[in-house]
Amino acid sequence: MTLRIEEGEVHGLLGENGAGKSTLMNILYGLLSKDSGRIVIKGEEADLQSPQDAIVRGVGMVHQHFKLIPTLTVTENVILGLESTLKRLGAISRRASGLIKPFIRTDYKSAEEKIRRISEENGLIVDPQAKVADLSVGLQQRVEIIKTLYRDADILILDEPTSVLTPHEVDELFETLEAFRDSGKTIILITHKLREPMALCDRISVLRDGSLVGTVNRQDTSPEELAELMVGRPVVFRIEKAPASIGEAVLSVRELKVADSRGLTRVRGVSFEVHAGEIFGIAGVEGNGQTELVEAISGLRRPLGGHIFLSGQDIAGQNARSVREAGVSHIPEDRQKRGLVLGYNVRENMVLGKHHTDRFTSGPRGLLIDGDSILETSEKLVDDFSIKVGSLKGQVSTLSGGNQQKLIVARELAFGPKLVIAAQPTRGLDVGATEYIHNVLVTMRDAGGALLLVTADLDEVWSLADRIGVIFDGQLVAIKTPEETSMQELGLLMAGHGVDQSSQGVSN
Amino acid sequence: MQDIQTLVALTGWLLKATLMMSTPLVLAALGGLFSEKTGIVNIGLEGMMLIGAFSAVAATYFTDNPWLGVLAAVIAGGMLASIHAIVCVKYKGNQIVSGAGIILFAGGFTTLMLEVVWGVKGVSDSVTRLPNVVIEPISDIPILGVALGAQSPLVYIMLILVVVSWFVIYKTPFGLRIQAAGEDPSALDAAGVSVSSVRMIGVVLSGCLSGLGGAYLAISYASEFGKMMTVGRGFIALAALIFGNWTPFGCLIAGALFGFLDGLQFAISILPEFSFMLEYVNFIKMIPYVLVIVALAGIRKSVPPKAIGTPYEKEARG
Repeated sequence: MTLRIEEGEVHGLLGENGAGKSTLMNILYGLLSKDSGRIVIKGEEADLQSPQDAIVRGVGMVHQHFKLIPTLTVTENVILGLESTLKRLGAISRRASGLIKPFIRTDYKSAEEKIRRISEENGLIVDPQAKVADLSVGLQQRVEIIKTLYRDADILILDEPTSVLTPHEVDELFETLEAFRDSGKTIILITHKLREPMALCDRISVLRDGSLVGTVNRQDTSPEELAELMVGRPVVFRIEKAPASIGEAVLSVRELKVADSRGLTRVRGVSFEVHAGEIFGIAGVEGNGQTELVEAISGLRRPLGGHIFLSGQDIAGQNARSVREAGVSHIPEDRQKRGLVLGYNVRENMVLGKHHTDRFTSGPRGLLIDGDSILETSEKLVDDFSIKVGSLKGQVSTLSGGNQQKLIVARELAFGPKLVIAAQPTRGLDVGATEYIHNVLVTMRDAGGALLLVTADLDEVWSLADRIGVIFDGQLVAIKTPEETSMQELGLLMAGHGVDQSSQGVSN
Repeated sequence: MQDIQTLVALTGWLLKATLMMSTPLVLAALGGLFSEKTGIVNIGLEGMMLIGAFSAVAATYFTDNPWLGVLAAVIAGGMLASIHAIVCVKYKGNQIVSGAGIILFAGGFTTLMLEVVWGVKGVSDSVTRLPNVVIEPISDIPILGVALGAQSPLVYIMLILVVVSWFVIYKTPFGLRIQAAGEDPSALDAAGVSVSSVRMIGVVLSGCLSGLGGAYLAISYASEFGKMMTVGRGFIALAALIFGNWTPFGCLIAGALFGFLDGLQFAISILPEFSFMLEYVNFIKMIPYVLVIVALAGIRKSVPPKAIGTPYEKEARG
């Protein structure tokens, strides 16, 4: 593959998961080594053996999963690998060989000053003495950016920088990046979202299956064209959705309070209802109590107080199996940890949670597994949900993320649930798989199913949900239909703005 | 009056015994600290102490200079640790298995060498001890004078090393890298620092410090090498490390606690004032081990380095 990136431009690198974007950039940053080919930086051929080689050439990278150490302070994280030692010991410092220098007291004071200067010059305000663990995700990203600036990087690679940010934080980030471009820095933005490169980039390169399928100027393209380049076929954006025919309440949550594993109350008195035939979306930035809410409803975590009625019966505090048997399906947010047993094969995963029912057991008292019945069901589901599997006996860990998620969705929808909880159902999935799962969920709703959709993706909740509850700091700060609100308003509510005004509206 | 004098004397004596008994534990625990802070579990401390003890006696035996014995112990401990480092860091082997191998190897090797050098199966010939250091100005102060007035030089070195370790880990560039290697090696890698070399150095340092602890046992506390003379002190040091929450001063306090129980037991068996406790001596002997179990069961909340025990692999794909 050949890719040319001009100095002083913002270059978007677009592609589905597994298209090779991150691999390419990790090679450019020296984290991975290339098999063959050449990298030329600023007219000079570069042989990048380690990140150090990339750093000295002015390349800085903000990783998708931050390379920060939560137990250390901002300053410590920023200077790691580039620590300067006290000048007071000038003579020793200067003469110190590589062997002694690491053992001289680190000069935190001047490092802090430099960080303060960088953050003020670039509008990236953060307290250098704060512990990284205490910072919000948005601030942690700032620290990552400061890290690259501290190393005088003029080529900045950002790997999926917006996936963890609130809409407001995304705007701030884009402003910062635009300022960088204006000051002559080169920026490479890796993403699988279409809106972002359209908003920011000068040129956009699209990768598919490890090769470059095209580089386009922003002015000459449209999101539709980009999506088509990315997926290799036309993509429908709007989800076709008939008006909801809402039935009676299936799930009714009353004043639910839930604490997390550390004992902190994360859900503080949440009440809402999900009716048959509707998708109720819970939108919110991750970490505002969604995880605990879902765990409480699905029986994985005992609530502190409140009620969870499923068709009139209180299921609060029951264990996960009873909740499942009462008709609740759960598509968990962490599909590899809670959705699948990675070491099991496709068939085994397909009946997980139902494996003990009469349908899949045989022999006296149902002590034996009925392999034939499991095989039959698996074949049917793999077919119905067009899951790409090598073999039904193959381990699920060999499936792609999209197909793993399809498998979970198939299993959770197949056995006639009353209520489906879908937590971050398309997180990390590419356009194709996302589209598929959205369609399946809408089909299920049209068939009269009740669906609780919990997501941090504003687009997703906007296009799927019939009613949207916004969760902030463990409380539902608003419940609105898409018609009576706007994306902007939702974004503000998610970020905690307007909590006071809308709190009366919720209580009814 | 008589009672008070006895009490003061006994307190001083117990403090002295505590310092004596805790020195090898704290040294080995500091060693474990340097290894585990970088993310490499080192259950081989026991073996590194043992080889240190043997080397100290052997070198002193041949040169008649106990300080050369100390040097030999540090080098031998470091060399044995470098095997652990190569297995765990370079070849990403299982750290527990490697550590267990180190212990077994050290036990076998020193027993064999005991026979090669002195032709005995149990205990080596006596060698010159490290002379005690007498600090005149404080030797007349009650309690403190007894405790710190005249001790093995390694006791003072141990106390200094606790402070030095704290300084190195929390105040220097190298320490920052050690912490990073143990918490999130990928962050260290992305910062352009070699994770392998930081971890290698950490593990080798752990061997040097454990070796020093072994030297104390062999040529300062005793003056000979006995087969398996460390009797589980490496494991107690490991417990002190966990008890001390992976911090230098924590290691000192936890090591002193174990050392105190050791010293108390010692006092009971030789001092008439403590003879009334004689019938409980087996019970007191048990306490350190019960504490180890309690420490490991985590009644006290301790936070290990996050990436401890996992070899660092560069991610295959992002």
